[in-house]
Amino acid sequence: MSVASQTERPKVSFFNDPRTRSIAVQALLLIVLFWFGWDIVDNTIHNLNKSNIASGYGFLSTTAGFDISMSLVPYSRSATYGQAILVGLINTLLIASLGVLAATILGFFVGIMRLSHNWVIAKLATIYVEFVRNTPLLLQIFIWYSAVLKPLPSPRQAGELGLPYPSWGLVFFLPLLAAGLYVLARGYKVLHDMVWARLALTLGFGVWTVVAWRLIDGLGMHPMNYVKMGFFLSNRGAAAPKPIFADGSMYIVYAFIVALIAAWVIRRWAIKRQEATGEQFPHVLTGIGLIVVLPILAFFLAGSPVSLDYPALKGFNFKGGMTLVPEFIALFLALTIYTAGFIAEIVRAGILAVSHGQTEAAGALGLRAGLTTRLVIIPQALRVIIPPLTSEWLNLTKNSSLAVAIGFPDLVATGGTVLNQTGQAIEVIIIWMTVYLGLSLLTSAFMNWFNARKRLVER
Amino acid sequence: MANPQYNEGWVRTADAPKLPAPPATTGFAGWVSENLLPTWGQGLFTLIGAMFLAWVAWDLFVFTIIKANFFGADRAACLTAIAPSGSGQGFFGKLIGSTQPGACWAYVGSKFSGFIYGFYPFEERWRINICFVVGALSLVPLLMPSVPYKRENAIFMLLIYPLMVLILLSGGHLDIGSGGWTTFGIIVGVLAAVLVFLSEVAHIIERELAIKTWAAVTVILGVILFVLGFNFGLTHVETAKWGGLTVTLVVAVTGIVASLPLGILLALGRRSKMPIIKLFSVVFIEMWRGVPLITVLFMASVMLPLFLPEGVNFDKLLRALIGTALFSAAYMAEVVRGGLQAMPKGQYEAASALGLSFWKSMALIILPQALKIVIPGIVNNFIGLFKDTTLVSIIGIFDVLGMVNLSFADPDWASSVTPSTGYLFAALIFFVFCFAMSRYSLFMERLLHTGHKR
Repeated sequence: MSVASQTERPKVSFFNDPRTRSIAVQALLLIVLFWFGWDIVDNTIHNLNKSNIASGYGFLSTTAGFDISMSLVPYSRSATYGQAILVGLINTLLIASLGVLAATILGFFVGIMRLSHNWVIAKLATIYVEFVRNTPLLLQIFIWYSAVLKPLPSPRQAGELGLPYPSWGLVFFLPLLAAGLYVLARGYKVLHDMVWARLALTLGFGVWTVVAWRLIDGLGMHPMNYVKMGFFLSNRGAAAPKPIFADGSMYIVYAFIVALIAAWVIRRWAIKRQEATGEQFPHVLTGIGLIVVLPILAFFLAGSPVSLDYPALKGFNFKGGMTLVPEFIALFLALTIYTAGFIAEIVRAGILAVSHGQTEAAGALGLRAGLTTRLVIIPQALRVIIPPLTSEWLNLTKNSSLAVAIGFPDLVATGGTVLNQTGQAIEVIIIWMTVYLGLSLLTSAFMNWFNARKRLVER
Repeated sequence: MANPQYNEGWVRTADAPKLPAPPATTGFAGWVSENLLPTWGQGLFTLIGAMFLAWVAWDLFVFTIIKANFFGADRAACLTAIAPSGSGQGFFGKLIGSTQPGACWAYVGSKFSGFIYGFYPFEERWRINICFVVGALSLVPLLMPSVPYKRENAIFMLLIYPLMVLILLSGGHLDIGSGGWTTFGIIVGVLAAVLVFLSEVAHIIERELAIKTWAAVTVILGVILFVLGFNFGLTHVETAKWGGLTVTLVVAVTGIVASLPLGILLALGRRSKMPIIKLFSVVFIEMWRGVPLITVLFMASVMLPLFLPEGVNFDKLLRALIGTALFSAAYMAEVVRGGLQAMPKGQYEAASALGLSFWKSMALIILPQALKIVIPGIVNNFIGLFKDTTLVSIIGIFDVLGMVNLSFADPDWASSVTPSTGYLFAALIFFVFCFAMSRYSLFMERLLHTGHKR
């Protein structure tokens, strides 16, 4: 066949030509869409004119006149609608970022638990995942809000929470614990072939530990003491001391930044040296030490510039300090626990997707179990985990809009109030959609970049 | 090196030392050894995990059974059983340091019919019951792979059953009016013109097929319109009175039934080579997937009325239905697209080589295989949709969760345990449905997992 005859189009009837059909179908879709859109716009303009609603975003600079229970930026009822929506947006971003962080950590933890060879641990994780995934998020939010947080005592009756700290009673408890652990470890060797004896030994260890603690505590030599630092939990939320930064606080921030840079430099140097000479340097520990110690040093050198403002009961609620409204706590807990159930499944699937041969190969190279997980399994599993993980993060962000059900002032809730007061339905809904679509696109752009970095480099 | 156990020729002269007997590896003892106590560290984990599990299970048992109140006419029944200090305050009770009595099942018993039927008039509830019974009777054989007449059953479920439910729940005798019949006439007329064009002018389809199609569409549409308008003598019940599990199931089932075909169409559109169709599908899918369902529902309840001509008013429930169906269709489209992408190119080429048209190759070759691959994803979507139906309670439609929330306002049953009990009951309902769906999907997955078995 010649080149010319290959490119020559076969003769088909006009109506059977795929090109004709494709043009006809697309033209039809365009016409229908155009007609539909025109009809909608026409109706909307007519309806808006009839109800005397001016379209446009002028209402954003009108005084809002409603209160918002939680705001990270200054806000009062004399602020504008635009500021109210901004407060909502900031609250959405806050709950989404905190929730994403906590849900990812909890999800990895539970996902790895589900893969444990220990039957009890694996079952515990399975029960968690099944219960959390098979009940609606909205119901879980209500449970945390109305069944857990609301029945808490009122601020007047709320007891102060004690923070535990080790006390001298530990001197007596720790040796007893160590002795118990020694007997347990020896016993497992000696009783290697006697399963039921090992079971009895394990139970015995549990009883021993509890009895030892109770006994020492009961004799008045408390292994743990509790200090009251101004933390309260009541049906009005959680109250905590609030740090007040005086002059010189900036030195702490500078010290923190210096520590971060130093840790990064040391890490680079340590890796380079290990690659060149094989000598190891504990760069992780050094880095953590620097990041912790330097700011503390700066704190004292600058003359303790940070003081604490303690919450105190005044009237029916706490004044001073920091308060977290119960709506925030309920939403945060529900979103974290719900999303963690999904992330756990993603993590599990990702780790299972790494073939067993990789583990065996790592073993053949002489890597220990921990190193195998860290250097061989996790990097490969991450490649499978990251795309669905991103969509879970987006889901959490979108699900944070359920705040409206318990009255937490997020973007949808404040927007809803504005919508009710002004009647600017179209404008408010456009703001909502733009923000959420924008967040979605940003996150997917970031993830595409991350994915490209982590992609398997093949020949 | 002289070893007393061996002679010069390295032949053993004495018995080797006895090794300890291997630990049990079979039976229950072996299982315990392997899975609970392999090392002392794992033994510690087992101990801690088992203690935690026992603690939660015991407290749940105490709250739901031991301290629970099963009988009573009002809140007094649930107020009497305040727990003595110290013991059995319930799981959450211990967690937050407050003493609580047990669950108040008497309250659930008294509100039960509300949770199921909402505000539906008492004497008309048999209509809902018929829908439940008929639905269950035709769903169960549909789900069991060995039962025959799948096709007939599916047609009944997808065509006749929805019509029946609509008429039974609303009372039928809908106002079709002259507008409805005029629309019917226009649709039938346009269809006739298109079919005549396709068969007589373009010669794309057979004349006989054209006539058959036209007749079928006309008869089915006509019968539906006629039945909807027919007066069966049932009292009209407006949708504002529907509620409870009935509404949850109506929203969920409508969403599930509508989202699958729409999702398939959108997925095909997204993979189409026609730029306008592709662009439309991509924009549609990404827009719905990018925003939370609650804003979609708000849009359906406040923005949709603005889009409609003056005087035309949609039912609130119907608007929510449209919102959820479109929303879940976008998610379904992405799941189906995953299946379409997983199909090897050879399948598409083989279908073309057989001379099948696009729609035939999709319906007969590609989709049956692609949908089979993504069954877990589809069922996950269904579960998600079922859970998401609770969001309609935010826009003022009383589904199960809405009814439970509403019942807390009743002063007759106001007590400190009413919320925990009510939510526990709602959680149980949702758990049963969602868990059943996920188990059924696992079952189907194993059943359809042909060709890869080893």
